[in-house]
Amino acid sequence: MRAKLEEALLPPIVALLIALIVGDVLILSFGQSPAAVFRLLLEGTWGNAYGFGQVLYKATMLTFTGLAVGLALRAGLFNIGAESQLAAGGFAAALVGLVLPAGLPALLVLPAYVLAAAVGGGAVGIVPGVLKARFGAHEVITTIMLNFIVLALLNYLIAERFSVHDTLHTAEIKSGALPRLADVFPAFHGSAANTVLFLGVLVVAALWWFLFRTRAGFELRAVGLQPRAAEYGGVRVGRVWWTSMALAGAVAGIGGLNYVLGYKRYYEEGFGAGAGFLGIAVALVGRNHPVGIVIAAVLFATLSQGGLAVNALVPKQMVDVLQAVVIISMATAVPEVRRALLAIRPAASAKATA
Amino acid sequence: MMIFGFLAQTLRIAMPYLFASSGGVISERAGMIALTLEGYMLIAAFTAALGSHYAGPWVGLLTGVAGGVAAALLYGVCCIRYRANQVVVGIAINLFAIGITRFFLRLIFDSSSNSPRIAGFTETGTGFAALALNPLVWLGLLSLPAVGWILFRTPFGLRLRAVGEHPGAALSVGVPVQRVRWIAVAISGAFAGLGGAYLALDQHQFTDGMTAGRGFIAIAATIFGRWHPRLVAIACVLFAGAETLQIQLQGAQLVPSQFVEMIPYVLTIVALAGVVGRAVPPAALGKSEV
Repeated sequence: MRAKLEEALLPPIVALLIALIVGDVLILSFGQSPAAVFRLLLEGTWGNAYGFGQVLYKATMLTFTGLAVGLALRAGLFNIGAESQLAAGGFAAALVGLVLPAGLPALLVLPAYVLAAAVGGGAVGIVPGVLKARFGAHEVITTIMLNFIVLALLNYLIAERFSVHDTLHTAEIKSGALPRLADVFPAFHGSAANTVLFLGVLVVAALWWFLFRTRAGFELRAVGLQPRAAEYGGVRVGRVWWTSMALAGAVAGIGGLNYVLGYKRYYEEGFGAGAGFLGIAVALVGRNHPVGIVIAAVLFATLSQGGLAVNALVPKQMVDVLQAVVIISMATAVPEVRRALLAIRPAASAKATA
Repeated sequence: MMIFGFLAQTLRIAMPYLFASSGGVISERAGMIALTLEGYMLIAAFTAALGSHYAGPWVGLLTGVAGGVAAALLYGVCCIRYRANQVVVGIAINLFAIGITRFFLRLIFDSSSNSPRIAGFTETGTGFAALALNPLVWLGLLSLPAVGWILFRTPFGLRLRAVGEHPGAALSVGVPVQRVRWIAVAISGAFAGLGGAYLALDQHQFTDGMTAGRGFIAIAATIFGRWHPRLVAIACVLFAGAETLQIQLQGAQLVPSQFVEMIPYVLTIVALAGVVGRAVPPAALGKSEV
């Protein structure tokens, strides 16, 4: 147990330390004091209700995309397509919003929106799953290529068909408006945090239950650990591949509601703003565990929002660099820590990693 | 006359693809996934602009290559020395490149969008005359043939392909697998660096995110060309030709530009799915463990 805990906690600590050092160098190169910048970063995120609301909003988005990446990784698949799955989900929900009559209460139409977003994202996710199961096409390449294809298609549909004149967004959704947190707690005023947050908590719990308490979840994890052994044990590996990719896409798609239904109430070109790619980082740091993913999402959301808070002192792009450094050092530290622990305590660690 | 204009523009657009996919072929043939090409090129475009700004285009060319190689060495440290996951590190290096170039754009040029105008090899011109005066164009035309020569005509190329197909077997006959991968990754960084330098020098400035997905089109060309330099070159020209056609027909509104953008990616998926002769990657691609 102790070895397992060390293996889970050491890499993120190492990664954060390295990011801190790189951050110091960047801040000093800009002639600022690291202490002042990091203090401002914390004050601008956890120090006031507005900043905290923004962190919650971004963390919600990243939780969905992180889950989409992490779930697929549990099945042994690299889902680099969360960016387009998120966009497709948001777009599908916005389309449903254009069709539904105005004024229907949220509770009545919410299932329709969730379903639309899940179907939109799932439709994008299922393609690489099927291509992998049927033709053996590597999902890393197909998901990357699909990102470009789907985003170009959505941009076309927005530009030529659905946009309000002179904008890149659809008309506003008239039904099922979800309250923002600011409607209940005025302190959050102006922040984008909204009730899709609770939908996120629900999805986290559901996925935890699915992964660790159901037969299908067990099969999914078995395929991820050792597809041949799973196949020998009677699991249909190809089917697990495409169903898990469809599910991952659906989860990312539902994340689109955070913007489309909870925040702006329309679909806008580029609303994901890289959340799909950061989802890879979130899944990695969160070790593909639903709870770990939530923690990692909050961490990365804090960095994203913190960048805006410190922009007066250093360019906000500093945090983009730091996020990349966290991913790189985390990816490098994970196998290295495992090897180091194995070298120190061969027996105990071997049991933990087996 | 029209046709010359078309060909010249196609060549100009194809240049970064030719450079970057040369790096892609070398890297992936050695078993190292080339998702990093976009990041190499972006960093190289910035360092090339920096070099040219202070000391002229020839220095810019060198600093561009140095920038690409430096980014490639970061990839090597993580994925060869420490055997980290190539997909994760590859994507992170692309994110890193976007952030770090923006940061230094602010730091050095005090701008959030572009560098000042820099000297290139030629003044802005789109015809063959302007292209022929640009030494980078000649390098670009030679890059994929050079890769083909290295891969199939030299002992090193044979080792490199062995490392990408079956590192265990290569190791057992005495091929230094890790060293071959280091060299392959460094060369791929240099090629992508040339591509980045070409972009910055051709456009006479660095602009934020100026690679704009060209590294991924180069990956698409690498796969669509089945990791074979001759076919990859054809793929690069094909993709560039489609773009040129779209630009020249923009007024006619025959096909929406977004659909032309999709062509390389759709063709790559079709190639991977194997409708007509499946594209099969090097067997050990992406496997860091020997």
